[in-house]
Amino acid sequence: MTEIFGVPLPALLGQLMLGLVNGSFYAVLSLGLAVIFGMLNIINFAHGALYMAGAFFAWMGLTYWGLGYWWSLLAAPLAVGAVGVVIERLLLQWLYKLDHLYGLLLTFGLALIVEGIFRDQYGISGLPYEIPDELSGAFNLVFMFLPKYRAWVIVASLAVCFVTWFMIEKTRLGAYLRAATENPKLTQAFGINVPLMVMLTYGFGVALAGFAGMLAAPATQVNPLMGSNLIIVVFAVVVIGGMGSILGSIVTGLGLGVIEGLTKVYYPEASATVVFIIMAIVLMIRPAGLFGKEK
Amino acid sequence: MKAKRIAIAIAAALGFAAGAAQAQISDNMVKIGVLTDMSGAYSDLAGAGSVEAVKMAVEDFKAKNKPAFAIEVVAADHQNKGDIASAKAREWFDRDKVDVITDMVTTSTALAAMKVAKDKNRIAIMSGPASTLITNENCNDVAVHYTYDTYALANGTAKAVVKQGGKTWFFLTADYAFGQSLEKDASAVVVANGGKVLGSVRHPFPGTDFSSYLLKAQASGAQVIGLANAGTDTTNSIKQAAEFGITPKQSLAGLLMFITDIHSLGLKATQGMYLTEAFYWDRNDETRAWSKHFFERQKKMPTMVQAGLYSATMHYLNAVKAVNSDDTQKVMAQMKQTKINDFFAKNGYIRADGRMVHDMYLMQVKKPEESKYPWDYYWVRQTIPAEEAAQPLSMSKCPLVKK
Repeated sequence: MTEIFGVPLPALLGQLMLGLVNGSFYAVLSLGLAVIFGMLNIINFAHGALYMAGAFFAWMGLTYWGLGYWWSLLAAPLAVGAVGVVIERLLLQWLYKLDHLYGLLLTFGLALIVEGIFRDQYGISGLPYEIPDELSGAFNLVFMFLPKYRAWVIVASLAVCFVTWFMIEKTRLGAYLRAATENPKLTQAFGINVPLMVMLTYGFGVALAGFAGMLAAPATQVNPLMGSNLIIVVFAVVVIGGMGSILGSIVTGLGLGVIEGLTKVYYPEASATVVFIIMAIVLMIRPAGLFGKEK
Repeated sequence: MKAKRIAIAIAAALGFAAGAAQAQISDNMVKIGVLTDMSGAYSDLAGAGSVEAVKMAVEDFKAKNKPAFAIEVVAADHQNKGDIASAKAREWFDRDKVDVITDMVTTSTALAAMKVAKDKNRIAIMSGPASTLITNENCNDVAVHYTYDTYALANGTAKAVVKQGGKTWFFLTADYAFGQSLEKDASAVVVANGGKVLGSVRHPFPGTDFSSYLLKAQASGAQVIGLANAGTDTTNSIKQAAEFGITPKQSLAGLLMFITDIHSLGLKATQGMYLTEAFYWDRNDETRAWSKHFFERQKKMPTMVQAGLYSATMHYLNAVKAVNSDDTQKVMAQMKQTKINDFFAKNGYIRADGRMVHDMYLMQVKKPEESKYPWDYYWVRQTIPAEEAAQPLSMSKCPLVKK
């Protein structure tokens, strides 16, 4: 059997595939962060908590209201997005003129509150969410046994990432958005409602977090801390990709998922650290991140 | 006049006597600190339930004994970090005059806090942590390891599984003191019973995605995948093993699982698994009575950690009452020479190395259709006698053990 550095090729391919699955989650989450940072200049630390809220929404939908997976997939991002709009209107809009630090502290506080509430209500062990019937089972890819659900995660995330990228980079709406980021006063002077766009952007950014949470619900236990375990890595992804860069966050998310997967093959003990090592190296060589522009 | 003088003398004598009695217990107050995981991965199996169990013990002790001294319970979150645990313990001992610290649910926090207890000459009673390091290399004369340890878990679960025919093993291990200790103990048991360990993989703690490690375990071809981790790491491993089609072709052995994990995963995912516990609420009338009392307050059935803490707190308070002092050495001596007989343990005793020796139980998780009422999760398959459940003193690496 072909081996690469002592690991059989099929096993390596399997691990790369899994890296891609994790990378998909990183990509969707960091994309949301990048959109929010790009538009609002807010470092959204509540992202992890809202990701968790998305997963809990799925669980509650199924448990209390009998809402199936596919409906939840639509409803969870909308619900989380609506929460985001409320947060933006009530709290964040007062902070745009201030230093980044204030937004960071506010959203960090929000994250702690939201997690605390869920922890108090549901405990820490987590709640089970079954994989929908259509997606249970697995593909036999010769080199590995890929659960259909994991394959679906990759497909769904890539689709969402592509649509987001297309919308922001290639459509008129996206052009307004980018213009509003570049020069809000001038854009407003052209008759574009900038505050509304900002509000919707934040709603959309956190809806992406809700979507990722919903995707994660059947793959892991639905757990109040699922977001805080992930968010730090996702921030590292955003920093590596370049703060606010849409394409950067997608590519880096997937790439780092794969690198992390490889680390799990060769030296699992370092798999929680490798992303940060890369971050340190990238910051030394390109302080603005791989895809970021120096200002 | 004479009568009056006698009266004054008696009063003075009484006052002196009372004063002397009070002086035995510093500030006339016994302070119990519950140092536990209030918010992290282990907060369901310990956490608020641990604090509640200690409070229950204090209330029951007060109701029964009407002690002349006051008892106060304080609690803090050690966040599963050794440095926070030792800082908090130091603060409690130096500033708040805490007499005894309890729980310490991760091995790293236990090792850090028990060292501080030794420096400050106060007592540390551990119910949450698992590593046998606590009663071996790191043992000291003020620490008690009360509820369970990795030796007992390995001897219960690993032995049972090997005897059922699970001869080849692969370990999925949480990469810190506890996981490594559990893997080591379980490997020894597997080998001693004629099994073989094919390999292991160490994952960072805490983790969410275990699929990579599970794939390695799958590739190893081992019959049994031993989960040397705990809490949410274990539940996620079990869930993902089913997703990747690893179970039921290979079977899983949860080396440290609590009833809260079974509750969280459901019987469908866990049925048939073996696990070792020091306590099961539905084992007999005595355990049921206490657990229902606990359930009324906490809305959850107790884990062995929480039940053990109640028992430990009661044992400590009884010792304080018996020697009428909160002096560390006196209380420790009394605790070590008194047997523990309550709903949690029968004829339990604390050895020189600090291990509380008592029976453990091998459980098997029921099938969904066998479960008749809420929290009806286990068959008690075997009682592991105390002497088998505890590491023999001849193997001890604790300097306090005279050989």
